[in-house]
Amino acid sequence: MRNEAMVQPVPVPVAYGPLLATLVLALALVVLPFAAQALGQPSLVPLATRALIYAIAAASLNLALGYGGMVSFGHAAFFGIGGYVVGILYQSFTADELLFGLIPGTNQLLLTLAAAMLAAGFLALVIGALSLRTSGVQFIMITLAFAQMLFFLFVSLKAYGGDDGLIIRRRNILFGLDTRDDTVFYFVCLAAAAIMFWGIARIVGSRFGMVLAGIRQSERRMAAMGIAPYRYKLAAFVISGMGAGLAGALMANYLRFVSPDMLHWTKSGELMIMVILGGVGTLLGPLLGAAALVVLETVLTAWTEHWQLVLGPILLVVVLFTQGGLRALLRRLGGGR
Amino acid sequence: MTLVLEQLLNGVQFGVMLFLLAAGLTLIFGIMGVINLAHGSLYMVGAYAGAIVAAKTGSLLLAIPAALAAAAAAGVAMELLVLRRLYQRDHLDQVLATFALILIFNQGVTLLFGRQPLFVSIPPLLNGSVELLPGLSYSVYRLTIIAVGLLVAAGLSILINRTRVGMLVRAGATHRDMVRALGVDIKLLYTAVFGLGALLAGLAGLMAGPILAVQVGMGEQILIMTFVVVVIGGVGSVRGALFGALIVGIVDTCLRAFLPGLLRQVMAGSEADALGAGLSSMGIYLLMAVVLLLRPKGLFPSHA
Repeated sequence: MRNEAMVQPVPVPVAYGPLLATLVLALALVVLPFAAQALGQPSLVPLATRALIYAIAAASLNLALGYGGMVSFGHAAFFGIGGYVVGILYQSFTADELLFGLIPGTNQLLLTLAAAMLAAGFLALVIGALSLRTSGVQFIMITLAFAQMLFFLFVSLKAYGGDDGLIIRRRNILFGLDTRDDTVFYFVCLAAAAIMFWGIARIVGSRFGMVLAGIRQSERRMAAMGIAPYRYKLAAFVISGMGAGLAGALMANYLRFVSPDMLHWTKSGELMIMVILGGVGTLLGPLLGAAALVVLETVLTAWTEHWQLVLGPILLVVVLFTQGGLRALLRRLGGGR
Repeated sequence: MTLVLEQLLNGVQFGVMLFLLAAGLTLIFGIMGVINLAHGSLYMVGAYAGAIVAAKTGSLLLAIPAALAAAAAAGVAMELLVLRRLYQRDHLDQVLATFALILIFNQGVTLLFGRQPLFVSIPPLLNGSVELLPGLSYSVYRLTIIAVGLLVAAGLSILINRTRVGMLVRAGATHRDMVRALGVDIKLLYTAVFGLGALLAGLAGLMAGPILAVQVGMGEQILIMTFVVVVIGGVGSVRGALFGALIVGIVDTCLRAFLPGLLRQVMAGSEADALGAGLSSMGIYLLMAVVLLLRPKGLFPSHA
């Protein structure tokens, strides 16, 4: 990690820039569906929805990876479990039977999202409690191992579709809203993303966030100060997992489908790439990274079948020549250094 | 009994293939501190070069050097152009860059050779089987793979433990900065180790050709298992890579062979098959998690 402790303290001028940028961004996101309609490009709305959902997942991963210094290569587990909670609850809702003989199924969005976050959080508690006993490359690999176990478990569970996954015939319902409408669902996701980003900003700025940053820089120093790093890291990991579960639940609603693909290690890699592409340990970096990757993918696929041959070099250039991802690039272009 | 022996041999054969990949990966990991996700791409390059030269010329003797040279050249180019710039960066940048390399390799191969898997026939010399024990006949080709793998393991062991280059490699794995401080041309050493790792990956790809389909994406499938091997064996340890590979190969093969059968005794056939396949795929990851929890540095850590 970069050695921020070495930077000389300078009096910080009140920063209106970031606040203004955030406001402009928020406004742009609210106006986007209407602008898309006006421009006759309605397909932009689902595209932006997908970017927002991935942004939630990437921002959650960033909390563990960027702020907490825990390089998880297994966040697909939480993303996927969120999706499966929606799928399984919907399945038992339509079959009108109790899940495990206890829990009634549901298609209420608020309930399924909460259930998805709970399930993902519990999973993150278990995985994190075990994985956080290791660090470095071993941590990367053990989180990968747990995610792969879950992937193969769901591939083999015929009751939940196995390889083929589960189809969710209709999106979950939220009050009287027509979630089948793309624009309505976009705003649902936008609201979720707004809450998520606001929450992460609050966490990062809180005492808990400070401790987390301290642990990232030097675990021993924090331990010497009488703070038990393990508990803080585990708490951050669980919150991060819950966020990824929320994103997975929204994605299952968006696609009206969940499959083991959501649990595959390439999904973990994709989320990680969004974070790195946008800028590790920055608040809006994951949003930028997710949007950039989703848009690039869509644009390039429309352009050529071999789009990955274009995406690859772009990623290479970003990593080799922009230290700190798109967020840092923007900041440098903006004049500040 | 013969069935068990046969599956054990299959496990050893798979383990040997994993070792060829893991040996290079663990050295690169241990010495340069680089997580190279694109190591599987070098395996794919070897497999394609071997398959195409064999198909065009019909000669195994030409296919072998072609595969090795192609993989080594790709590896050296990868090191010189990209990875060299990333040694000082953190693991995240390395992950992103090598992921980008995977995309480039996969699409490049698709562009050149299409999406259709290539099938390679076993060279006539090695076709057929021998009777190892009464009632146990085994494919000559698979036995050859085992023999080649064990020869490579022996050769690597001599190279690393008995030669000057090996001494530098060992020193580089444990005391990187000290080696640099003593005036060793570390850049050359890095490129050489990378080239060697790529060569071994190419060898594995070449030998995999006749048993598995040569196709885009073959590298990623085996890459993850290779990482499991490296972590179980201990990062940076070639001995660990050998034992880790054999353990993973045998455990994985035996679970796949026997678990569905065992499950079928307690549940319906099709469900048992699906669950058995899933659980046996989970097996090695479970093994890795247990090893990491009990011995976080792996079974054979390089820092003794």
